[in-house]
Amino acid sequence: MRRLLLAFSAVALALWAFVGGATAASAAGETIGGVIKTTDGGVPDVTVNVSDEAGFTEDAVTDDEGKWRVKLPGPGTYTVTLDTVTLPAGVTLTNPDRTTADVVVGEGQTKSVLFPTGEARTASESTLDRALQLTVDGLIFGLTIALAAVGLSLIFGTTGLTNFSHGELVTFGGLMAYFFNNLLGLPFVIAAAGAVLAGGLFGYLQDRFFWRWLRKRGTGLIAMLVVSIGLGIFLRYVYLFIFGGNTRQFASYSGQAGLVFGPIDITPKALIGAIVAVVVLVGTVLWLKLTRVGKASRAIADNPALASASGIDVNRVISVIWMAGAALAALSGIIYSMSLGVNWIAGFQLLLLIFAGVTLGGLGTAVGAIVGSIIVGTMIQLSTLFIPSELKNVGALAVLIVILMIRPQGILGRSERVG
Amino acid sequence: MDWGNVFSQALTQGIGIQAVIFALAAIGLNVQFGYTGLLNFGQSAFLAVAAYGLGVSIAYAGWSLWVGLIVGILAAILLALLLGIPTLRLRADYLAIVTIAAAEILRLVFRSVTFDPVFGGSDGINRFADDFYKYNPYSGTVNLGPASFSENDMWIVTIGWILVVILSLLVFLLMRSPWGRVIKAIREDEDAVRSLGKSVYSYKLQALIIGGVMGCFGGFIAAIALQSIQPDYYSTDLTFFAYAVLILGGAARVLGPIVGSVVFWFMLVFIDGALSGLVSSGTIDFIRNDQVGQIRYWILGLSLMLLMIFRPQGILGDKKELSLDAR
Repeated sequence: MRRLLLAFSAVALALWAFVGGATAASAAGETIGGVIKTTDGGVPDVTVNVSDEAGFTEDAVTDDEGKWRVKLPGPGTYTVTLDTVTLPAGVTLTNPDRTTADVVVGEGQTKSVLFPTGEARTASESTLDRALQLTVDGLIFGLTIALAAVGLSLIFGTTGLTNFSHGELVTFGGLMAYFFNNLLGLPFVIAAAGAVLAGGLFGYLQDRFFWRWLRKRGTGLIAMLVVSIGLGIFLRYVYLFIFGGNTRQFASYSGQAGLVFGPIDITPKALIGAIVAVVVLVGTVLWLKLTRVGKASRAIADNPALASASGIDVNRVISVIWMAGAALAALSGIIYSMSLGVNWIAGFQLLLLIFAGVTLGGLGTAVGAIVGSIIVGTMIQLSTLFIPSELKNVGALAVLIVILMIRPQGILGRSERVG
Repeated sequence: MDWGNVFSQALTQGIGIQAVIFALAAIGLNVQFGYTGLLNFGQSAFLAVAAYGLGVSIAYAGWSLWVGLIVGILAAILLALLLGIPTLRLRADYLAIVTIAAAEILRLVFRSVTFDPVFGGSDGINRFADDFYKYNPYSGTVNLGPASFSENDMWIVTIGWILVVILSLLVFLLMRSPWGRVIKAIREDEDAVRSLGKSVYSYKLQALIIGGVMGCFGGFIAAIALQSIQPDYYSTDLTFFAYAVLILGGAARVLGPIVGSVVFWFMLVFIDGALSGLVSSGTIDFIRNDQVGQIRYWILGLSLMLLMIFRPQGILGDKKELSLDAR
């Protein structure tokens, strides 16, 4: 029990550092702001009115960069109205009917309201161009899932644990990178490296002081599964407590212009993230195939008792697998957050997609997890050609269920694993 | 701060609507997880289809309350068949993944803009259950010791506890019957049961359906009591609150879900109330008021972990009866 407390307090301490930042932000009071811009840049001198039912009303005029901001008297529901008369000639809203928006602002929150201008983008694109763009987006998303899925699959293979708190390892990576980058002001590359190391350490400590202790007590696999759910919920709400409910961007590279390759538009950070992911995934597969630890982990997956009898230090190998799996998950969280921002629940939202990838590829195999995840990622994005994008994850999860019906061992899994 | 008020609030919820909803959800879960050993992580989906079946029937189709209840129950049975047929032949953790995925699918569909005309998007369906309150025999606030209920709350709580008692009796009788003995044997050793010539698969499917239908009454109570069906209420957290309730009370015990639900909700609301009181009065200054609501999820996570590690049999359970393991 003491070990357990020790491990958690170490992690809690590291995260506690966020509190300073979180409370400092809330002291600034509530504001609503936004930016009105076209493809040529910000639109100045547009009037935006913010009012509430209690009689508060204030006008704001956009500055040279198109930004506007209104300080609010307190939390509450506000109506934001754009005065379309003040829009310069030639600038129209994408949706001309949407000139007002209702915003709920909580205590200490800063909310942004956007009024997009110009023609809707999808109208001018051909289906083929969109399909190409979505395939690229999907591959990048799939690689992000794959990084997390490898760890989940390896940990399942060596210990039999279906880890429902794996998503929190993903979130942890994003949060730590935010901590190093935004609060300590480190350059992004160093912050990301630090976050991956912190993730690996978190995984090591979790295994060394918690899961190993449970294995030693003889806790059953189903019991451990329920424990991992409890741990996941607990960690998630500790993150929320410390980080707050907002999605925030990294200090570096937040608004990056896209590179355009023919019909495909891709931000440099997403491209670099994808390249890093590919290199790391190939490295991980080679490491598993060629090194002693990698071979030992596969031996343990096959038969832990026999592996132990032939001189493999099972606990040490599991420690290494946990460390590697958690570090990969952290990297996944960083790459995910580079595009979509840091928040407390990102990993949990990815968790089911990670499960879908792992199950599709075959539970317990690393290559299967990678292939499965990339298929899931691509499919999610491509499905938006046919179904509304709010339902894209539904398609992926439905495929997960269908796969279990027709080929439960997955694409690359062996059938005897399922039983 | 007023400790008396905190206590009576906690007692009101401990025997009130929340306790009833989760007692019903946990009774269903008890049949599936406690007695049969099925890892159903999508109990929230059973509550959701029941609530939406009821709400859509009344608000969208314009049918009566009774037809709505039947639609809700049929939806729960259909869901159990859809989930069970592909996965019950597979290992336990596959059922877990599929059920949790199905619950997420349903929530996303219910809250989507695409189906807004039917399911009401993220606002859900509201004020549809006036028919239920037409039969309300209570008038004015009802006080039970320190706990007090409005007349509408008292009516739904009464119906809720009657349901809890009926379903608990049913579980008691079922588990004494030959059917119940087969179910418990499946939990202990599937292969032994199969070698006796029983169809493990169809027994599991029956248990999933019965547990789902029992749980779906929790969805009815939630929908009618709040006069509102909101998609995000039926998130995976609801399922795990039900698990915490069941494991705290004691899985594979008839009274487990009831004891668990009362104790758990009393504890949660008491801690919530005490914390917000202490924060407001400035005694605790490292928690902000808006963070107090998050503390209950810490308690949920920690109770799931600690109970499963140190006392998997809960308050009433028998450790020998709970040797759950997947492989």
